[in-house]
This record gives sequence, structure tokens and C-alpha cells, in this order.
Amino acid sequence: MSPKRKRSLLLGLPLLGFLVVLVVLGSGLGRDPSLLPSVLIDRPLPEFQAQRLDDPEQWLSPADLHGDIALLNIWATWCPTCYQEHTFLNTLRERDIAIYGVNYKDDREAALNWLSQLGDPYRFNIDDPEGQLGIELGVYGAPETFLLDAQGTIRYRHVGALDETVWEREFLPRIRQLEPQS
Amino acid sequence: MRWIGLLGLLSLLALPVQAAIDPFEFDHPEQRIRYHALIDELRCPTCQNQNIAESNAALANDLRQRVYTMIMDNHPDSEIRNFLVQRYGDFITYRPPVKPLTWLLWFGPFVALLIAAIALALWIRQRNAQPPAQIEETDRERLKRILAKHSGDL
Repeated sequence: MSPKRKRSLLLGLPLLGFLVVLVVLGSGLGRDPSLLPSVLIDRPLPEFQAQRLDDPEQWLSPADLHGDIALLNIWATWCPTCYQEHTFLNTLRERDIAIYGVNYKDDREAALNWLSQLGDPYRFNIDDPEGQLGIELGVYGAPETFLLDAQGTIRYRHVGALDETVWEREFLPRIRQLEPQS
Repeated sequence: MRWIGLLGLLSLLALPVQAAIDPFEFDHPEQRIRYHALIDELRCPTCQNQNIAESNAALANDLRQRVYTMIMDNHPDSEIRNFLVQRYGDFITYRPPVKPLTWLLWFGPFVALLIAAIALALWIRQRNAQPPAQIEETDRERLKRILAKHSGDL
């Protein structure tokens, strides 16, 4: 190798390094750092024993959520985004989507009032006044929505409000994959 | 009068009250140390640039509570850390585990340092390998004349 070529190679190396750093950092630019991937994907629902929101006598466990492909929606009356999302959940209910709720760190009375006023899209709600189930699920902000398969395995987690766009982009393709081929 | 003055002076000696408010009670001081070490290195998932010791977020409060409960139940630190990582992911800890995904994070700086060191060594070797500068015969003559002319100045 001639000294001149060697020299231009040496000079080119920092440029190459810079480009690599640029690509690595650039790829992170489009990401929303507040969205954390769930570590529970493809894992069964965590074990829990919790009261049913509208019937404290009744204790619920993960097995109660088995049977259908379903959504598990974490919500609270103190959460403005949940209010915004609620209409769309009602729409999903009309489309016969099974939705279970976790009433997260909320007041039972307030939650039941909310459901009677805004409509109740849930099959049932799990009462989680202390946020203990929230910790088990790795919840870090309401609303969050998990997609469960019929065996109660977590397939996807969405953080933030559900709407038609998110539904069609993130949920529908996954649900189609989970549905038994007929 | 003198007594009052003395009391005033004594009051200056009063030790500052332990300022940190700790809502939790521990059985051993060692548990308190572990508790503080853990909440210092655990990151709050809601307010992402704070640890759960600093954050006022409701979730940080819940997680502090959980760490406390687990310490009181005699879980070792590693178990408490694993408990949270299994639910919130590696994000929760400011000390991410060494695994293929984090190799760049842990070893990247050393690799960069190594590359820089090799580049520097190559550069120095190349510079030393260059023959000393050649002086033309005419320049040598000129230098001699100049030196001879000014030798009297010194």
C-alpha cells in the first residue's frame, strides 16, 4: 500500500466512525423514549387474587380471563386519557371484543359511577386499589392495554389511549394471527 | 442577663436535626442501608430520568413500598432487583446486566479506546519511520556562513 493511500485510509477512519455513530443515534431519534417494551410478552398472566370491582365478594384469578382472545385494559377515573379512550372501548364492545378491566389505584365508588354514566365495555373489572396487580403487570401509567390469547398468555402491550388507528395497526393483525385458522 | 447570653451561645452548638424523613421503620440499620442503596439504583419508569428515591410519582412511591416490604421479608437484594426487572425490564435498573444486547453499552467505550490507542500507535510509528529531513548542500553552506557571521554576537 502506498503511503498516500494509507494516509487517506487513516483519515477516512474517523469519518467512517462518525457515520456509524450517526446511524446508531439517528435510529433512536424516531423512538418515543417514554414507551417501554413489556417484558411480559409471550408470558402467562402473573398470578393474582383480587376482588371483582362490582362484587367484592367474588375473588378473581388469571383463570377467569381464559377462554377468549381478549383485551386487558388498565384504567382509572383520575386518568384523563382513560376518559378520552373510553368511547373507543365502548365501540370495541359493540364489535364483540372481549375486554377485561383493571381499575388501577382508584376509588370503587367513583369507578362504578363512571361505568354507569359512560357505559361499561368490560366483561368485568378487577379491583386493584393499591396498584399491586399493576406492579405484577409492569404497569407504569394508565391507560395500558394488554392483548391476551385464549390461554391467557400476554401477546402485546400498548401504552396510552386506544383508538381506531392503534387498533388497526397494532391489534387487528395480531388478533388475526391468534385466531384459529378456519 | 449573663445566663441568657450563655444560653444563646449554647443554642449555637445545637446539632442539626437529622433532616431526611424516612417513612419506614427498619429492624436493623443494615436494612436501611440496603433499602437506600436499592432505591438509589432503581429507575422510575414514569419519570424516566429519576431514580425511585428521588421521584414523587405515585408509581415510585409504590415501588419504594414494595422494596421496603421485600427487605422486611428477608429477600436478598438480588431477588428484589430480579423481581422488578422481570416486571419492568432492564429499564428499571441504572445498572443494566451484561448480556449480548448491552455489550455495546458495557464494552463500547473500551473498544473505542482500544481503536484510538491502535490508531495513535500507528501514527507515532509512521512518524518515527520517516527519514530525518535532508538539507541541500547549498543550504548547509548558507547556514555555516550565517553562524560564522553571528558567532561574534554571542
